[in-house]
Amino acid sequence: MAIFLLRRIGVMLLTAIALTFIVFVLTNLQPNLEKVAKFQGNVRMTDEEVTSWLGKNGYDRSMVARYGEWLGVVPGWTYTDDAGKVTGRCIDDDNADQAQTRCGVLQGEWGHSIVFKEDVRDIVFKRLGLTAKLMFWVMILMVPMALVLGVLAGMREGTRLDRSLSTISIATTATPEYVSGVILIAVFASSAVGLKWFKGTATSAMDDITFANFTLPVVTIALYGMGYIARMTRASMTEVMTTQYIRTARLKGVSFTNIVLKHALRNALIAPFTVIMLQIPWLLNGVVIVETLFNYKGFGWTLVQAAGNNDVELLLGCSVVAVIVVLVTQLISDVGYVFLNPRIRIS
Amino acid sequence: MTKWDYDGPILEIDKLSISFFTRLREIPAVMDFSVTVRPGEAMGLVGESGCGKSTVALGIMQDLGVNGRVVGGSIKFKGRDLSEMSPEELRDIRGSEIAMIYQEPMASLNPAMKIGQQLMEVPMIHEGISKSEAWKRALEVVTDVRLPDPKRMLNSYPHQLSGGQQQRIVIAMALMSKPSLLILDEPTTALDVTVEAAVVDLVKDLGKKYGTSMLFISHNLGLVLETCDRLCVMYSGEAVERGSIQDIFDEMQHPYTQALFRSIPLPTADKNSRPLVAIPGNFPLPHERPHGCNFGPRCDYFEAGRCDSGEIAMHPVAGNERHSTRCLKFHEIDWQAPLAKAIQVESGEIGRPILEIKDLKKYYEVSANALFGGSQKVVKANETISFTAHEGETLAIVGESGCGKSTFAKVLMGLETATEGSIRLDGQSIEQLPIEQRDTALVSSVQMVFQNPFDTLNPSMTVGRQIVRALEIFRIGNSEAERRARMLELLDLVKLPRAFADRMPRQLSGGQKQRVGIARAFAGGARIVVADEPVSALDVSVQAAVTDLLMEIQREEKTTLLFISHDLSIVRYLSDRVMVMYLGHVVELGSTDQVFSPPYHPYTEALLSAVPIADTSVQKKHIVLEGDIPSAMNPPPGCPFQTRCNWKSEVAGGLCEREVPPIRDFGDGHQVKCHLREDQLNTMDPVITFAAE
Repeated sequence: MAIFLLRRIGVMLLTAIALTFIVFVLTNLQPNLEKVAKFQGNVRMTDEEVTSWLGKNGYDRSMVARYGEWLGVVPGWTYTDDAGKVTGRCIDDDNADQAQTRCGVLQGEWGHSIVFKEDVRDIVFKRLGLTAKLMFWVMILMVPMALVLGVLAGMREGTRLDRSLSTISIATTATPEYVSGVILIAVFASSAVGLKWFKGTATSAMDDITFANFTLPVVTIALYGMGYIARMTRASMTEVMTTQYIRTARLKGVSFTNIVLKHALRNALIAPFTVIMLQIPWLLNGVVIVETLFNYKGFGWTLVQAAGNNDVELLLGCSVVAVIVVLVTQLISDVGYVFLNPRIRIS
Repeated sequence: MTKWDYDGPILEIDKLSISFFTRLREIPAVMDFSVTVRPGEAMGLVGESGCGKSTVALGIMQDLGVNGRVVGGSIKFKGRDLSEMSPEELRDIRGSEIAMIYQEPMASLNPAMKIGQQLMEVPMIHEGISKSEAWKRALEVVTDVRLPDPKRMLNSYPHQLSGGQQQRIVIAMALMSKPSLLILDEPTTALDVTVEAAVVDLVKDLGKKYGTSMLFISHNLGLVLETCDRLCVMYSGEAVERGSIQDIFDEMQHPYTQALFRSIPLPTADKNSRPLVAIPGNFPLPHERPHGCNFGPRCDYFEAGRCDSGEIAMHPVAGNERHSTRCLKFHEIDWQAPLAKAIQVESGEIGRPILEIKDLKKYYEVSANALFGGSQKVVKANETISFTAHEGETLAIVGESGCGKSTFAKVLMGLETATEGSIRLDGQSIEQLPIEQRDTALVSSVQMVFQNPFDTLNPSMTVGRQIVRALEIFRIGNSEAERRARMLELLDLVKLPRAFADRMPRQLSGGQKQRVGIARAFAGGARIVVADEPVSALDVSVQAAVTDLLMEIQREEKTTLLFISHDLSIVRYLSDRVMVMYLGHVVELGSTDQVFSPPYHPYTEALLSAVPIADTSVQKKHIVLEGDIPSAMNPPPGCPFQTRCNWKSEVAGGLCEREVPPIRDFGDGHQVKCHLREDQLNTMDPVITFAAE
């Protein structure tokens, strides 16, 4: 088991490096850098000025070298101008002598956000924490509901119960969040219907989560994700219910309830488990719409801001986090899969 | 609980009809089926696949699914009509009064539940006993089914057990609440011959010990002869003949029963003394059954205007109240008439040696963990195989699963390369040539017929196109028209109508598909054809036809046929020489007569004794091998067979455990790999003898 984990983590690191490199290349393409130069310097810079600005700020070297610097395995760039003043990646103000030679993600230097005027690392972790809260409640609501729905629909295929539950799950998944969110706000938070049970904005939930201010965003995401997992669970459940060992159980005289709970459930959960774990990274990026709609300033909202304002360092920071979250959840899902399914237990 | 006393028959099925309902039509699966099982009696139900025998079993269990319904007749269990019971009453009976054993043990055990839990569940539901008591009972029953280390068994998951052990667990599960009726649905089809013999032995003993009545469903007449008291033969949804084993085996009164017996090979006879007679035609589909007698169109005694005029009822056979047949003409047919003498076929000339194999070894290195390596282990799939195959010869390779016969085929085909040793085809070494590096001539001269015709044809290509494709690969014919002409010739060769060229594989029956497979193998004028269990997936009545076809083509083309099989009956029938393999070793090699008569290798002896023979006049020596075949990953030291050998005690000084025996030659190419002295081997009696002669 330990070797299995070590190997998996090794593969994960390789994947992380490959993925971040791709994101680095895409965000550091030449036209993008020109935009950064004009944003930082002067909108009306000439082409020559842009080139010299890029040179002064360490953007004129090869992509691989810059990626190495960003990662922190290659010494940061320095630039000595005509006046003899040294600037560089790792040099903050004037203390060029004390600065480290390397400063990248590995050293904990994630760069500086040009939009928020803060350290990228601080922004990312603060926003991630807010989104984690949202995700936690979504999971708490979505997973049990989806499993119950899927199992109930799948245990007797083709019955009226199956068809109505399947319709519900298809309908919720087919409704995009920006539609269901608006409907929910209109029904439960506005004076249009008059049921003013909840608040239409979740801004206050960033400090203090209450039933009133957090229900609508959570329900909006949960509804959308639920149908998908429920459909997977149903498919898996119907398949299990037709297997021979379920027939064995039935002909042993096991009651229907016990067949579902003791014999079918565990086998039926193996397939949806992977899907549920895949939902975590999906939630992380998929919350963009809901966070914007309910003005909840979490990770997704930050991502939108960073992309909209060409904030390269912040975008990179966000993508690192996203990559790590995806890989870690996949590791957890593989380990959990082994746990659920004794056939592939590692000896 | 719900066990009640009743003096009459355990099971009475009276004029039962079961139909499945689809959107299109009603499909009758079982029609007018009657059978009675008395206490302690074992009833056999025999028929080909699709004849409705499993439907009867599920009908008794009242588990026909959403589409199935009993449309007529009654099923009475101990005097009570099962179809009138409420779901609760049925649940009480299932598992406690009627238990079932299934065809595929792996699929019928819950993969995510420990064996112990699955066993304990039965008495806990039906008798309401406590967990600890159930555990004790489970331990007892698992010991009864002769499984080693019962405690460890109960704590294992199904996938950790071998196929034979899983089937014993399924049997144990059925016996947990001491049922009155046990339904066995092809319980040994998925198992090896020696394992099958042990399981059948066990079922018989347990039936006696617990006094259970049995309904034994099988397509294997030999097995039924060994296990049952009475027998019911089914054809296309109807019972065609019913009676005691002796009645049916020795005094059959229905043409189908007779045809069935004539189409199965026996290990006591070869192709010249008792040629197989294939049943002409195909099994009718349920909605295409003929009017009148269902067997009519395939029957030798068919009389137009009489056999197809209306429903035929069961007629009792005079002088024997419990023997009846569904034939109008059974009085008129001379059942003792000898078989019309089939054309005596001379075995093809055996020519010069073509294939020479010397000390061939194939080792695999496998990691303990499939995904990420770990410690390396060596699987010795083939150990020093040496033999020569001649032109026009049929060499059978016999052995149970895991003996390395398929690995050998792969090495020969070039799908794997040999670790050591040599394979010479016409003097040319090919053991290190993978299939990609073989030239067209070589590829087309070494071809294969596969076991499962259902998976080896591309489902989205017409039959003709697939054969033409093979011809293209073998670079035969200069134009599309030429290849098409050759393809039609090939269809003639395998006796398929030329119109089949434009059909899709799904429109063909299993036997027809296998014919296409054979046509494809012989497309490039193959010199050597490896037939890997070519008929084992087919129904009994078409096996004979496909076997005969294969031999006929072989005779004409002078092909060397390497016939891989686990079925000794068919091996005896068609092969010139036999090679017996066990755990990668060739343990015996010789002509068919040499191998089938003493002196035997101890494994050959056990293998022969394990084959069920559908002939009441045959007496067999009863040899049951204990345990399973050891894993090739972890073979025993010394002789590979020493863990199960009954003769081991005869060899002094534990030689069997230390050294691999040398190959001993008994003259005429008969080789045996055993430590037994020659005089000891000569004391062996023949396994199969005729009682009457």
